Amino acid sequence: MTGSFRALLVRDLKLAARVGGSGTMGLVFFLAIVTLMPFALGPDLNLLARIGPAILWIAALLATLIGLDRLFQADQEDGSLDLLRLSPAPLEVVVLAKVLAHWLVTGLPLALAAPLFGLLVALTPEGMLAMVTTLLVGTPALTFIGAIGAALTATLRKGGLILAILVLPFMIPTLIFGVSAANAALGGTIPFSTPFLILIALSLISGVVGTFGAAAALRSAE
Amino acid sequence: MRLSVENLACERGERRIFEGVSFTLEPGDALMVRGRNGAGKSSLLEILAGRLIPAAGRVLLRDAGERSLPECLHYVGHRDALKAALTAGENLVFARDFLGDPALAPPEALAAIGLAHALHLPVAYLSAGQRRRVALARLLVAERPLWLLDEPSTALDSASQEILRLLIEAHREAGGIVIATTHAPLALAGAQELTIERTPVLEATS
Repeated sequence: MTGSFRALLVRDLKLAARVGGSGTMGLVFFLAIVTLMPFALGPDLNLLARIGPAILWIAALLATLIGLDRLFQADQEDGSLDLLRLSPAPLEVVVLAKVLAHWLVTGLPLALAAPLFGLLVALTPEGMLAMVTTLLVGTPALTFIGAIGAALTATLRKGGLILAILVLPFMIPTLIFGVSAANAALGGTIPFSTPFLILIALSLISGVVGTFGAAAALRSAE
Repeated sequence: MRLSVENLACERGERRIFEGVSFTLEPGDALMVRGRNGAGKSSLLEILAGRLIPAAGRVLLRDAGERSLPECLHYVGHRDALKAALTAGENLVFARDFLGDPALAPPEALAAIGLAHALHLPVAYLSAGQRRRVALARLLVAERPLWLLDEPSTALDSASQEILRLLIEAHREAGGIVIATTHAPLALAGAQELTIERTPVLEATS
């Protein structure tokens, strides 16, 4: 079982590195949104610093959506999904390996790039630290929630739009608590740990629900 | 292991494709599935591979230990399940590690199917027949008793078809079971034959 998990993880990471995969695309998209914001809002540094965490979180959420539709669709198209069904490990383990690989090449780079992009919206050093922490903890929730939508739309030819409409409402709680945790770290009336612990809980819940939900969706797909 | 299929029926899009398909296969047996285009040959293999759920009937597996049917079989379908960006060798290494029960090393498996030179070539550079052979080499890297082959000789030249025939015979001698759909006569010794006919669509009586 661990052999299958590791083999699939390594394969997906290799593929992401080889094709130049969705990781770099998400990162460029993230950069594009964050760069455009100061141009639209004007050079008011106080305003930018105040709404900076919200901008970064929205950009990260949208960047996560990019490339999510290929998570299972690519394997569905070339028949690899039929091969994945023959695994000695349960389908849930297969899904977990794929989602983990996807997060490592999309979610993780977003979190690590946040301080750099935070410069563009005049974030303070404490703000940058808060962004890295909340994105690091929150992006797994986005990826796991998206995995259910990706599994449901794996057989659809233009599934990207339906996927976005399906999963966006379920990503809103993560967005709310991610932004409020980042804001709490910068000062405010609520302590940082309250929204941050809820964010952790959201990620853990989506980890379980996303894995089983996506596996169930793949099983029922013809 | 022993495989028996009883009264299997398949529906796709609420239409009955075939029904009443039964057969029993012992170790060393081969079954050639024949039928016209659209008769449901591929659907039969997809049911056995666990991709489709049968509308009726059942598939029984005996003497297979604790393994479930999907863990006992190799499936080579129309889509070759190869990643174009990876080399032939990397594809086979993945298949061996993922499926478990490793048999031949990937270079040996490629050599057995006459593609030793493709080990370090990305699959994207290979021709249709060569890709099909890499997919067939997957049969050799992991040990599984049941081979499900959907039109395995498509795009293969006559020399490769002969290699495929020898591989199937060797697998049967080792106690394996092969189920293949094919139009081209693949001369297997003592193979059972099954002809699938499409269930006629009943006219609505007014």
